Amino acid sequence: MARIIVVTSGKGGVGKTTSSAAIGLGLALKGHKVVLIDFDIGLRNLDLIMGCERRVVYDFVNVINGEATLNQALIKDKRVSSLSILPASQTRDKDALNKESVGKVLEELGKTFDFIVCDSPAGIEAGAMMALYYADEAIVTTNPEVSSVRDSDRILGMLASRSRRAELNLEPIKEHLLLTRYSPKRVEEGEMLSVEDVKDILSIPLLGVIPESQAVLKASNAGEPVILDTESDAGQAYQDVIDRLLGETVEFRFLVAEKKGIFSRMFGG
Amino acid sequence: MALLDYFLRKKEKQVTTASKAKERLQIIVAHERNSRNKQPDYLPQLTEDILQVLRKYIQVSDETFSINLDKKDGDLNVLELNIELHDELNKDN
Repeated sequence: MARIIVVTSGKGGVGKTTSSAAIGLGLALKGHKVVLIDFDIGLRNLDLIMGCERRVVYDFVNVINGEATLNQALIKDKRVSSLSILPASQTRDKDALNKESVGKVLEELGKTFDFIVCDSPAGIEAGAMMALYYADEAIVTTNPEVSSVRDSDRILGMLASRSRRAELNLEPIKEHLLLTRYSPKRVEEGEMLSVEDVKDILSIPLLGVIPESQAVLKASNAGEPVILDTESDAGQAYQDVIDRLLGETVEFRFLVAEKKGIFSRMFGG
Repeated sequence: MALLDYFLRKKEKQVTTASKAKERLQIIVAHERNSRNKQPDYLPQLTEDILQVLRKYIQVSDETFSINLDKKDGDLNVLELNIELHDELNKDN
């Protein structure tokens, strides 16, 4: 049975696609068969972050409409052969997806893949609901910032009421908190909500904390998911996320600011 | 000036913007969660009354009794009552 994981948030721009790309690639690097699906119909971007934008021929909606087979639409990652990407369509209307046909596609994918990672669009409209409907697990991507935390809580409500698992009274979706763009220095200065603050408010288990990092922009510039940048703090933090998803207990890193020397503190270095 | 800031900083730390953010979020999130699974105000009293009536006739413990008001799609509300009856009761009859 494939694990269907939705990467969701409510708010836009918090790092859903960055996280989907890193997590999908990270799981594949561990030898699992992974498919990454872009649910952001009309605003396709996962292909860019993955660096395969020029290889898109058919997309998710083509498959739904029977204009292409799954095999034609799936793009095999050039770095890791066990990873495939199903791109969103760019031009079609947003109502192109419906529960029944999405369910069929997921079922088909579930036969070959171990993990199905669904990159959700922002918002709480039909597209986002479709991305979370079939999920077994949800990675709620949140920035330590008021609007993002509030929207994450809205999404938690949707996961508990609007998903397939909720409708069929099955075991609820397993929720994970992924805190991104975290700046320990600003937390210490009292300018940013801390990990504990966000955990207190949302009260779901913590999957990972990704520090604010220049590596993320560099990675998207290059179309190389940041997890490949093993030197970077963000890359290493995503690596820890992968290990935790696979059941390992890994200590949280990058939660405290690097200590400055006494001289740079005195003279404002 | 950095030196001066360093000594002054400890005093200002009392109410940080982060703690304001946390407080505001806790209030608004609690409020929104409440309205999400809103139970009508009369439900506790209704539960109490139903239990009292039931206990006139049968033994009902709090653990074997549950009441639920569910909102289905649209305007449909379902009041669900679950009462577990003990075996002894059946023997008596």
